[in-house]
Amino acid sequence: MAKRDRLSGNEAVAIALRQINPDVFPAFPITPSTEIPQYFASFVANGQVDTEFIPVESEHSSMSAAIGASAAGARSLTATSSCGLAYMWEELYIAASNRLPLALALVNRALSGPININCDHSDSMGARDSGWIQMYAENNQEAYDNMVQAYRISEHKDVRLPIMICQDGFITSHAVENIELLEDEEVKKFVGEYSPENYLLNPECPMAVGPYSITDYYMEAKRNQAEGMKHVSQVVLDVAKEYAGISGRAYGLFEEYRMEDAERAVVMIGSAAGTTKDAIDRLREKGEKVGLIKIRLYRPFPASEIAEALKNVKAVAIMDRAEGYTNHGGPLGADVMSALYRARGNALAVNYIYGLGGRDVRVEDMEGVFEALKQIIEEGGAGEAYRYLGLRE
Amino acid sequence: MSYNFKETMNKPERLAPGHRMCAGCGGTIAVRNVLRGLHEGDKAVIGNATGCLEVSTFTYPYTAWEDSYIHNAFENAGATLSGVEGAYKALKKKGKLNETYKFITFGGDGGTYDIGFQSLSGAMERNHDLVYVCYDNGAYMNTGIQRSSATPMYADTTTTPVGTESNGKPQNRKDLAAIIAAHDVPYVAQTTFVQNFKDLHVKSEKAIYTPGAAFLNIMAPCPRGWRYNTPDIMEICKLGVETCYWPLFEVVEGKWILNYEPKKKLPVEDFLRPQGRFKHLFKKGNEHLLEAFQKEVDRRWEELLFRCSR
Repeated sequence: MAKRDRLSGNEAVAIALRQINPDVFPAFPITPSTEIPQYFASFVANGQVDTEFIPVESEHSSMSAAIGASAAGARSLTATSSCGLAYMWEELYIAASNRLPLALALVNRALSGPININCDHSDSMGARDSGWIQMYAENNQEAYDNMVQAYRISEHKDVRLPIMICQDGFITSHAVENIELLEDEEVKKFVGEYSPENYLLNPECPMAVGPYSITDYYMEAKRNQAEGMKHVSQVVLDVAKEYAGISGRAYGLFEEYRMEDAERAVVMIGSAAGTTKDAIDRLREKGEKVGLIKIRLYRPFPASEIAEALKNVKAVAIMDRAEGYTNHGGPLGADVMSALYRARGNALAVNYIYGLGGRDVRVEDMEGVFEALKQIIEEGGAGEAYRYLGLRE
Repeated sequence: MSYNFKETMNKPERLAPGHRMCAGCGGTIAVRNVLRGLHEGDKAVIGNATGCLEVSTFTYPYTAWEDSYIHNAFENAGATLSGVEGAYKALKKKGKLNETYKFITFGGDGGTYDIGFQSLSGAMERNHDLVYVCYDNGAYMNTGIQRSSATPMYADTTTTPVGTESNGKPQNRKDLAAIIAAHDVPYVAQTTFVQNFKDLHVKSEKAIYTPGAAFLNIMAPCPRGWRYNTPDIMEICKLGVETCYWPLFEVVEGKWILNYEPKKKLPVEDFLRPQGRFKHLFKKGNEHLLEAFQKEVDRRWEELLFRCSR
């Protein structure tokens, strides 16, 4: 039986973690993710979980300890934001290359500098090529649902890769919304016990982790990671299907909103998708054929599926909540345009940088984006394809 | 814990031969003898900071380690083993593991005194049940003999080279054992290869079987970096102790204990002379440098005697 509640995104993720009851949780506080370990510490203090909570002295150490715990045979995770993720960047690659199934609850926040505590995606976009699976949420419900599904994907024998469950700082992490929670027992049953094949604390067979690997083997190791990544999309879909069975909530690799006959579309990640849906509803009332693709799984990138979903679209605006400093757009823009090119797609594409450092995105702003797409179609060309939304000039 | 040399030496090796460390390397001697502190039948997970030891003992697809082993990165051996030990506690609590495991991590002075200092400090302060062993050879030997905060004053290293305007490293070495003792951990000890390894064996066993965090600082000479005649390692270590450059002591539950006091304290130049890295100190006109070195050794020795007398 589902329970209805009103929770912030951080609290929702913390509750999912309580229900999962992981083995080891090392953490270091950083705004806006601080509440996740904070709520969790109170679960530990009140005996609601068996987890070894390790309040470490830095994020580098939180990921290092999570790696040690996971290699040792424990289900482990940590939580962080922004500079905390940047500080553990080296360790992200090590977790992935060791094929360790561990989770990171990431609350997206702008990277310094200037120092800024509000939302953008520069932190996780910096880690997009680290070999982690990345999943994003639009709202609290999705953050909770993604967290419950995380270990099933990460620990799958064909995958064995770490997973980053991302939600937008403050907008999702701190805003309180209505949410539907699963029963504790349902979550425990769904997630299941963790039984790794090889691990440090296996008395039957010792194991060595983290070798020095010269040119003879390094490239094959990297290729093996890529092989694991190839299986992720199917596992994500399988796990989502099973999850729909217990929750009634359906998930895919991305969400298509009013895309069936859309001529103009927006592709984006995170909470601003909610704002965009409102803009779409307003425009649809006026008879405009507009729609949205909201990315859930960003790594691996579902390129061919997205190109297929954009097949009949005349113009698309790809929204990046992070700069790429390429002089021609952000990372999502590059990924989507590359997907369109490979699929020989015909859509005219424009790439917007928006919402940096928490810059507000209003329904009117997104209506303006759809208006710009209309102009692009009329003119038969995107013009300047690298644009900023909501910049003070 | 009664000590039996023969029994200790006859324990099976836990670091197998065939690795790629240099002949006569002090680091390997430290590792093999620390692991003799483990009771037979007890299992261990060994941690390792990046350095000579890691790249030479675990070159894929070969490992020289008989026990489970984890290398993560250069600066996080303390944090990594904190996580392993946390996993042990969690799996024990959940009834998924019956065996007894001990946790020992090795780092050179680069991974311990310098880049891994924060991670070490955190692991010590949180009092995880593990031993952090520093094999201190007084420079970044893996990358080619660069100075570290463990490098003694005036040593000639590749980043503090002796030149017309330089007498080698200008600063004194950091007293890491005292810093870790200030973390209020149950056991800290400093040792090296003397007395037929008895001091090292006894301290290793104590460190491994003292509940909570323990720290061992082992002077482990590097023939390449120190430039002495490789077979003379035991003599070098003995001189380190007899000159009071490297005193043997323990800090047990905050109590400082001197383990050895030379009958006749030798001048530090006896320790420095066989080492090529101090060659310039023996050039005419550099007598004042030797004097300054001796003065610093005396100051630290007096400080240690004072701590141990309280």
